[in-house]
Amino acid sequence: MPDRPSSPSSPTRPLRRVLMGLAASALILAGSVQAEPREGGVLNLVAQPEPPSLMHGVVSHVSTQYVSGKILQGLLTYDTALQPKPVLAKSWTIAPDGLTYTFDLQDGVRWHDGQPFTSADVVFSFQTFYPEVDKRLGGIFTDYVTSIEATGPLQVVFHLKKPFAPLLSSLGSGLRPVVPRHLYEGTDFRNNPYNLKPVGTGPFVFEEWKRGAYIKLGKNKDYWKKGLPHLDGIVFHVIPDASSRAAAFERGDIQALRSGDADYSDLKRLTALPGVQSSEKGWELYAGLAFLQINTRKPPLNNPKVRQAILYALNRQFIVDNIFFGSGKVAQGPFVSTTPYHDPNLAQYAYDLKKAKALIAESGVDVGAVRIRLLNGEKGGAWERLAEYTKQALQPLGFKVQVVTSDAATWFQRVSDWDFDLTYNFIFQIGDPYLTTAYLYRSDYILKTSPFANVSGYNSPQADALWSQVADTPEGEQRRQVYSRLENQLNNDLPIAPIFEMRYPTLFHSQVKNLLQTATSLNEDDESVYLDGPAP
Amino acid sequence: MNAALFLGARLGRALLMILGVLVLSFLLIRLAPGDPALLMAGEAGVDDAGYIDSLRHDMGLDQPLPRQLLIYLGRIAHLDLGYSYRNQTSVWSLIAERLPATLALMGSAFLLSSLAGIALGVLAARSRERRPWLDGLIAQGALLLYAVPTFWLAMLLILLFSVHLDWLPAFGLETVAADLHGWAWLADRLRHLLLPCLSLSFLFLALYIHLTRAATLEALGQEYVYTARAKGLAPRRILWAHVLRNALLPVVTFAGLQLGQLASGALLVEVVYSWPGIGRLMYDALAQRDYGVLMGGFLVISTLVVGFNLLTDLACRLLDPRIGAPGQS
Repeated sequence: MPDRPSSPSSPTRPLRRVLMGLAASALILAGSVQAEPREGGVLNLVAQPEPPSLMHGVVSHVSTQYVSGKILQGLLTYDTALQPKPVLAKSWTIAPDGLTYTFDLQDGVRWHDGQPFTSADVVFSFQTFYPEVDKRLGGIFTDYVTSIEATGPLQVVFHLKKPFAPLLSSLGSGLRPVVPRHLYEGTDFRNNPYNLKPVGTGPFVFEEWKRGAYIKLGKNKDYWKKGLPHLDGIVFHVIPDASSRAAAFERGDIQALRSGDADYSDLKRLTALPGVQSSEKGWELYAGLAFLQINTRKPPLNNPKVRQAILYALNRQFIVDNIFFGSGKVAQGPFVSTTPYHDPNLAQYAYDLKKAKALIAESGVDVGAVRIRLLNGEKGGAWERLAEYTKQALQPLGFKVQVVTSDAATWFQRVSDWDFDLTYNFIFQIGDPYLTTAYLYRSDYILKTSPFANVSGYNSPQADALWSQVADTPEGEQRRQVYSRLENQLNNDLPIAPIFEMRYPTLFHSQVKNLLQTATSLNEDDESVYLDGPAP
Repeated sequence: MNAALFLGARLGRALLMILGVLVLSFLLIRLAPGDPALLMAGEAGVDDAGYIDSLRHDMGLDQPLPRQLLIYLGRIAHLDLGYSYRNQTSVWSLIAERLPATLALMGSAFLLSSLAGIALGVLAARSRERRPWLDGLIAQGALLLYAVPTFWLAMLLILLFSVHLDWLPAFGLETVAADLHGWAWLADRLRHLLLPCLSLSFLFLALYIHLTRAATLEALGQEYVYTARAKGLAPRRILWAHVLRNALLPVVTFAGLQLGQLASGALLVEVVYSWPGIGRLMYDALAQRDYGVLMGGFLVISTLVVGFNLLTDLACRLLDPRIGAPGQS
C-alpha cells in the first residue's frame, strides 16, 4: 500500500499540482488528440469478502470472480451492449440449423507457466471439467451436446443434439474460464492446489495471497495481446469493515470501490469527494434482481391472491429511494427489464394499498390467523431496514409479521431447508434466464440444498413446460413469445415477488482509466486499465 | 507447599481448564444452526446433494456428535488441530500465519496499558494532596477513555490521523509491495501498529490507572509506611520499595484476569484496522462454520489466557512471599 509520497502539509503541493495540470493541458493542446495510456503503477482494489478460492471455474463466489477474472479467461465475453466479444476464441460460427458451433482460438497464447494454450484445453474444460464441477451445466450438456471435438490445435467444434440458444451465454469468461488441462487433468478438481494459486492466460499473474491481508497479482509480461497490460500489478486488500474501506478509499490507498464495498448510506458522500467518479456501467450482464422469496407451502401464502396483495402493498419506489439510497430501479417483472427476455407489456404491480386490501378480501383468507416469519439474513443494514419496512407495510393488510434476524450461515441453512415464510434474496440473471432464474421456479429444483434453488416450493406444470420450450426454441421472435408467456405466468403466480433491479455504482479515483469496459466489470480482466498520474 | 508442588498443581489445573474450554466450546458452536458443507457448496455455486453429502463425510460431520468430540480430542492429544476444508490447508498453518500479528497487537497493548496505567495511577495517587487538579485530570480522563466504545474510538483515530492529518496508514499490518528491509521494515510495521495498539490500550489503560491509584492510596495509609517515614527513609524509596510492591498485587492479579477480555477487544480492533490476526480468522470461521479453525482459535486463546494466569500467579508469589506459605491459601 503506497503511503502518500509527500506530506500534505507541504504548501508547495497544491501549487505543483496546478502547474502539472497546466503542463498536461499544454501537452494535450500541443499535439496528441488521444491520450497515450501511461505504463506502470499498481492498482489497489478491495477483496470483500475474502474469497474462498481464486479459481472461478470451481467457485462462483463474486469475490473469487473479481480476483480470478484477471488471471483466467474464457472463450468470450460481452460488451456493455450485451453483444458477445472474442477473448480466447478469435471468432466463431454457428451453423444455420443451430447444431454446430465452431470456435477458432487465438494463436500464440501461453499459460502463465509457459505451456501453450490449445484446443485440448478447451475440450478438457467443457467436456470433462465443467460437467463434473457444475452439475447444472453437466445436466444441460447431457441433454443437448453430442460431442465437443478438437478439429485442429486451434479449433474446437461443439456438436449439439438439438438447438440450445443459451449456449454462448454459458461459455462466457465471467462464469466459465478455460482451465489448464496439464494442471487439472486426473486431479480432484475441487481440491486442486492451483485453485489457490491459479495459472491462467490472462493479463495478470498470481503472485502472493497473504490470508486476511492481501492478494497480489503481477503483470503478465508475455501476455498474448502485445502492449498490454499497462499496469505493473493489482493488489486486492482485505478490509473487513465498510467504514474502514471508505476511509482507505478517501485516502487514495484504494483506487476503486465496487458496489457493496461501501455502505449505501456512504455512497453520496464518497461520490462527492474531489477527483472521484461514479459509474453504473459494467454490470449489464449480471443484471441483479432483488426479490421477496415466498414460501408457497405455508397458508395463507399458498394463495396467489395473497401473494399478489403483498406485492401491491410494498411501496417499491420508497424502498429504492429511501432504503437503498437510489441504487436501483423498481422491478418490472421476474426477468430484468434491461434484458431482451423481459416482456415490456407485462402487467405491473404499482403500489396500491386499496387493491391489496381488495385482493385479501377476495381471497377470503384470514391473513392474521398465523404469524408470518420474515427471515432476515445478515446482508447489511439496508436489508435489515427493508425487513422492518416490510413488517410495517404488511400490517394494514392484517398480517402479523415477525422479523427473525440470523447470521449468514443460519440464514443459508434455514432457507435451504425451506424453514422460512418470507425472506429477501437477490440473484444475478446473467444473460439468459434459463441458465439462472429458471432454478428458482422449476419444479425439478425443489431441493433442500441451496437458497438459490426453488425453495418457494412453486410447482406449476405449465411453467415447467414453458421452461423446456424456451430452451429448445432457437433465438428469435418465436422464442421471445414463449418467454413472454412464461413471464406472464410467473408474474401472476408470484412465488417470488420481484422488488428492484439492483444498480451497481462503482466509485473510482479519476486517475484510473478504462476501468469498466465490458458488461462484466466484476471479472473484467483489466488488460487496458491504466493509471493516469500518481495516487492522490 | 514448596514451589515445585505449587507449580505442578497449577499446571494440572490449567490443563483441565483448557480441556473444559474445548469441550464446552465444541458443544456450544454445534448448538448454533448452520452447516459448513452446505455453506461451502453454496459458495461454490453447487446444489448437488451428493456433493454436499460427500463434503459432510470428508469433514466427519456424518458421525454422531459425541463421537466427533472424542475424535477431535484424540487428535488434539496428538497436537493435530485438523484440516480446514474451506481454506484447503491445515488449521495449524492458518493459525501460525495469524498468531504473530495478534500477539504483537495484544502484547504491545498490554505493555502500553499496564506500564502507562501504573505510572499514571501512582502519579495520580501522589498528586492527590499537593496537586489535586492533576489527580482529577488523570482520573476523569481515564474514565472518559473507558466509557468510549473501542470500535468508535478506532474509527475516529483513523479519520483524524489517517484521513485528515495523513500521518499514519489506515489499515493493514504492512505496506504491501514496498520491499522494505531492516529499520525501514521495522518502522513500517510500527507505524501500522500504532493506531491499533492505542485503540486497544485505551480501554485497559483506564482500568490500570484506577486500580493502581486506589491500591497506592490504600498502601500509603498503611502503618508500615508511617514506620518507614519514622525511620527516615526517603519518600521516593518508600514509594518504590514498599508502597508499590504492595499496591501491585491486585494490579498483577487483574492483568491475568483481563487477558481474555484483551483477546476479545483485539477482535474489534482487528476488524476496524484490517489487522490480519487470530480474532478475524475466528470471526470468519464462525461465519463459515469452519469448526476446526474455530476450535483451534479457542484452544490457542484459552492456552494463552491460562498460561498467562499461571505466570501472574507466580509473579504474585514473588511479590508477596506470604502467598503459598504455610497457613495461607
